[in-house]
Amino acid sequence: MTGVAIVHSHLFEAVLQLADDHLILGHRVSEWCGHAPMLEEDLGLANMALDLLGQSRALYAYAAEIEDAGRSEDDLAFLRVERQYQNCLLVERPNGDFAHSILRQLYFAAFMHPFWHHVAANSSDETLRGIAGKAEKEMAYHLRHSAEWVVRLGDGTDESAKRVKEAVDALHHYTDELFQGSSAMTACAENGVLPDVETLRPSWTSTIADVFAHGQLAMPEVAHPQTGGRMGEHGEEMGHILHELQYMQRTYPNLQW
Amino acid sequence: MPDTMTPLWEVFIRPRNGLHHKHVGSLHAADASLAIQSARDVYTRRGEGNSIWVVPSSQISASDPSSGKEMFDPADDKVYRHPTFYDIPDEVGNM
Repeated sequence: MTGVAIVHSHLFEAVLQLADDHLILGHRVSEWCGHAPMLEEDLGLANMALDLLGQSRALYAYAAEIEDAGRSEDDLAFLRVERQYQNCLLVERPNGDFAHSILRQLYFAAFMHPFWHHVAANSSDETLRGIAGKAEKEMAYHLRHSAEWVVRLGDGTDESAKRVKEAVDALHHYTDELFQGSSAMTACAENGVLPDVETLRPSWTSTIADVFAHGQLAMPEVAHPQTGGRMGEHGEEMGHILHELQYMQRTYPNLQW
Repeated sequence: MPDTMTPLWEVFIRPRNGLHHKHVGSLHAADASLAIQSARDVYTRRGEGNSIWVVPSSQISASDPSSGKEMFDPADDKVYRHPTFYDIPDEVGNM
């Protein structure tokens, strides 16, 4: 194998991992459509779901182009088996109540915003710079919106404070995986295509600490971080997501609409 | 959520620089910054504007509909207040 081929396959894997993160979280957030606690937030959540889905489409299309093996963005999004999805575990966590969902959004956006900012400014890959330019603005809004809510829930009523604390206990141990990356991401970082995710940790930690301080929430100590998504090892909920996501393409192959 | 925790806000959007903010509707929100975010999500999804104002609905004083006759009818027969009685040179174009 030539050096170029190795770079391409790492690039494919890393772009696919990013695409999977955005597809699965976008699907999760879209589950709120019609169910949000108030009409205004129903639209807000649907907007965020569409942002994520749009980002995943751009990433899958690019992954398909890199792979150049005749697979389309739809094939990558809908026709792989569970173990081939390499999204982090955080994004597949069930919606729970609104506090769980908005906290999950905060954790993800506080990571992706500096990630895309770095890609837009520094990446040697022109396509990824383009995707990042759009995604950075979208994630800045997700971060702002979810942070405002976490502050208000944490510093709101006894009930809202209790629920957001439960969400922190349930989700915080899935955040470490964001900074572990994967061998593909590490290779892309060495090539100047993507940031070294570990270097984004201080910015994420200070964002979360700031939000938690305003929301009267304590930063938890995590004894046992949960990982495995990047290697295709998912929680049992992942199969349920894929069942819904893949049903149409598997029932009506090559369906277009 | 009880209305007392999420009062009503009136939303004003400015479609472009140089135009004025125009009332587009209302929404419920806990405070001003969340009202602006919700207004963004509810009223600017199709690129309707580049600036948002929100005002607590309770802060708006309105004319009394039952006094509509004395308020507005007297203007009905004063067509001379419309600036249509001037000859405008063609070069001026639309005013």
